[in-house]
Amino acid sequence: MSPARVTPQRNPLRDERDKRLPRIAGPCGIVMFGVTGDLARRKLMPAIYDLANRGLLPPGFSLVGFARRDWATQDFGDIVHDAVKAGARTPFREEVWKSLAEGFRFVPGSFDDDAAFDELARVVKELDEHRGTGGNHAFYLSIPPGFFGLVCEQLQRSGLAGGPSDSWRRVIIEKPFGHDLASAQELNKIVEGVFPADSVFRIDHYLGKETVQNLLALRFANSMFEPVWNRNYIDHVQITMAEDIGIGGRAGYYDGIGAARDVIQNHLLQLLALTAMEEPVSFEAHHLRAEKEKVLSSVRLPKDLGSATARGQYAEGWQGAEQVVGYLQEEGVKAGSTTETYAAVRLDVANARWAGVPFYLRTGKRLGKRVTEIALVFKTAPHLPFNDTATEELGQNAIVIRVQPDEGVTLRFGAKVPGATMEVRDVTMDFGYGRAFTETSPEAYERLILDVLLGDPPLFPRHEEVELSWQILDPIEKHWAGMKGGLDQYPAGTWGPAEADKLMRRDGREWRFP
Amino acid sequence: MIVDLPDTTTTELSKRLVKIRSEVGAMALSRVLTLVVVVDDVEAEEAITIANEASRQHPCRIIVIVQGETRGRARLDGQIRVGGDAGASEVVVARLVGRVVAHADSIVTPLLLADSPIVVWWPRHAPKAPAKDPIGSMAQRRITDSVYLAKNPRTALRRLADAYAAGDTDLAWGRITRWRGLLAAALDQAPYESVESAVVVGAPDSPSADLLAAWLHARLKCPVRLRRSKESSGVIAVELTRASGVLELHRPVNGNAATLSTPGQPDRTIALAHRSDAECLAEELRRLDPDDVYQEALTVGLAGVGTARS
Repeated sequence: MSPARVTPQRNPLRDERDKRLPRIAGPCGIVMFGVTGDLARRKLMPAIYDLANRGLLPPGFSLVGFARRDWATQDFGDIVHDAVKAGARTPFREEVWKSLAEGFRFVPGSFDDDAAFDELARVVKELDEHRGTGGNHAFYLSIPPGFFGLVCEQLQRSGLAGGPSDSWRRVIIEKPFGHDLASAQELNKIVEGVFPADSVFRIDHYLGKETVQNLLALRFANSMFEPVWNRNYIDHVQITMAEDIGIGGRAGYYDGIGAARDVIQNHLLQLLALTAMEEPVSFEAHHLRAEKEKVLSSVRLPKDLGSATARGQYAEGWQGAEQVVGYLQEEGVKAGSTTETYAAVRLDVANARWAGVPFYLRTGKRLGKRVTEIALVFKTAPHLPFNDTATEELGQNAIVIRVQPDEGVTLRFGAKVPGATMEVRDVTMDFGYGRAFTETSPEAYERLILDVLLGDPPLFPRHEEVELSWQILDPIEKHWAGMKGGLDQYPAGTWGPAEADKLMRRDGREWRFP
Repeated sequence: MIVDLPDTTTTELSKRLVKIRSEVGAMALSRVLTLVVVVDDVEAEEAITIANEASRQHPCRIIVIVQGETRGRARLDGQIRVGGDAGASEVVVARLVGRVVAHADSIVTPLLLADSPIVVWWPRHAPKAPAKDPIGSMAQRRITDSVYLAKNPRTALRRLADAYAAGDTDLAWGRITRWRGLLAAALDQAPYESVESAVVVGAPDSPSADLLAAWLHARLKCPVRLRRSKESSGVIAVELTRASGVLELHRPVNGNAATLSTPGQPDRTIALAHRSDAECLAEELRRLDPDDVYQEALTVGLAGVGTARS
């Protein structure tokens, strides 16, 4: 008997039938910029701990923090510790924490400080030598995009952008990917000037959510949905992302950007692409992207942008039990700002599947509640063998994919009201993700960070998709910029400006009440 | 909420279940499977606790068959637990006494969920041939725990190997998933050399050690030896010998962290805690198709593993 051969392509201990074996990343570390930021503490650090706790990080995994703080590694560890205690999804285990914390390092410095980056390079090298990270490092740029150029340059200058030949360096960036097509291309030039396209991972955390991935399973693993997933049965599609919070302390970022750039350009257009795309050849990254790009490039804007778009700003009002100020009164917002906090657009997808089926996208802050959903609203039945009074309360059938909260799928259809008379009313059939499966489905960031470390790209948009999205949004932004006067105001805690309702009514439709 | 139904019938139990469901409303709306637990009186509560914990990940109906004295008048004492007393599931406890003990399958049949998979778990003693057992034969998946099947793990595993049918699985196999994951991940890295021989160090009362060695033998096709450590120390270490040296994954007795040593590279530590039964059970419930890799280790690999005393 001769021993089984081991090659880079063939590991005898792996077997595709072995579904228990977890996908553990190879030796590697993460270098995080912006460790003092909100995202890092609320999401990234807890996600890294949860990954460690689930046993998915490699032995010797290391986390290097970089920030302009006078900290020692110990202080950095304390910050991570607090963040993990506050935000981790899985129980805190001392032994996991201990082995994770051994890999913490902190490098103080600012982005223009050459010496700090040289020190960072030294620390990374030291990790390779002493903890066996094998030269594999991911740089997480949890910083404003204005600094991407500087940091990328520094990474290149200090030799961090490239490692030994059999190792990898990857860079992770968060939205916003620019504020229009030109700036997105500019940004891309900077990042891809230093890192090859395959090494750039753009995080759209929506794509890491279980429900969004379930959309693919729902559509392509079942035979009961796809046959009706087209213009023959669907009347229109509504994609909603509503937030109940205001801009909080983020006026500096938000003012001048607005709801459309902040949400529609990335999250909602990605959801549209996944909802509308054709079946990919496989779930490999290039096949998935090909379909997404195809559908994004067939999106058409209506001719009259004035009647097909709506925007507004929240005014003061009552949000639940709390009285809140309007956008213009928020601290840090410029007087007379025309930044929208609500945006709704009607898009058409010019292909055989969707011709004549409008996609309505809306997003806003300080709306009725926090909810994200994709709703496919069906045409009414061609003939109803009932009299009008019997179906008076019957609305249109719908399939609703609830992305958050309470992830799941709702089917809405008519059913007879019990009793002697024939009366049909809307009822819903619910699938709750959390009820049918694990109570603790992984956070989006866990999945995405693990995918970066494994080098598994399907869930990350490429710059082509980013640019296609800007091509869709740019004309709308231009149209809005050319409009005179202030914005429609809507009271906080309601479902947006009257203009948005008019947009729907012009088409003889109504917004769903999510 | 716990509802006791002494000296009852399955018809009564089913009726009560439906009634509670409509009264309480939102309990375990989408149950994905039925988990049948067959235990003795003494272990019943512990088994229910473990099953409840595992059910948090897989909402299910849990039917607990508690086997009592086999003589005397046949009697069924039922109990329904829902809400806070049942994790994410609904639990039906059926205590059997008398001749009905031998016909437990007749109790299970009417209580099964419609159109969903059935899993049987024997927390302690399992039938000689799980798939031929009346309840076992109803199930897609049969979970044993070889730790309790015989004093000598090899005897227990041989028994399971002889009776193996697609869908059989063992908690001792789930206990080494993380070990297997780390070893597989280690071979994903350079140098890409064949493993010439391997050693597993584990306790003489640990079937997990035997299964780990069996798996390595079946996959690596190289000589694998099992070196026995002290009683109840679990799996201690795995050594893979390659041309460039020995790759070792080592976890000290009662330790929660392991060290991975590879020639020419710094030692790396990683948390590697012992897995609880609930975690292992939850893993079993995740996949309901036959575990071919377990089969291969059990029925092919095991026979080729040599043992040595140290």
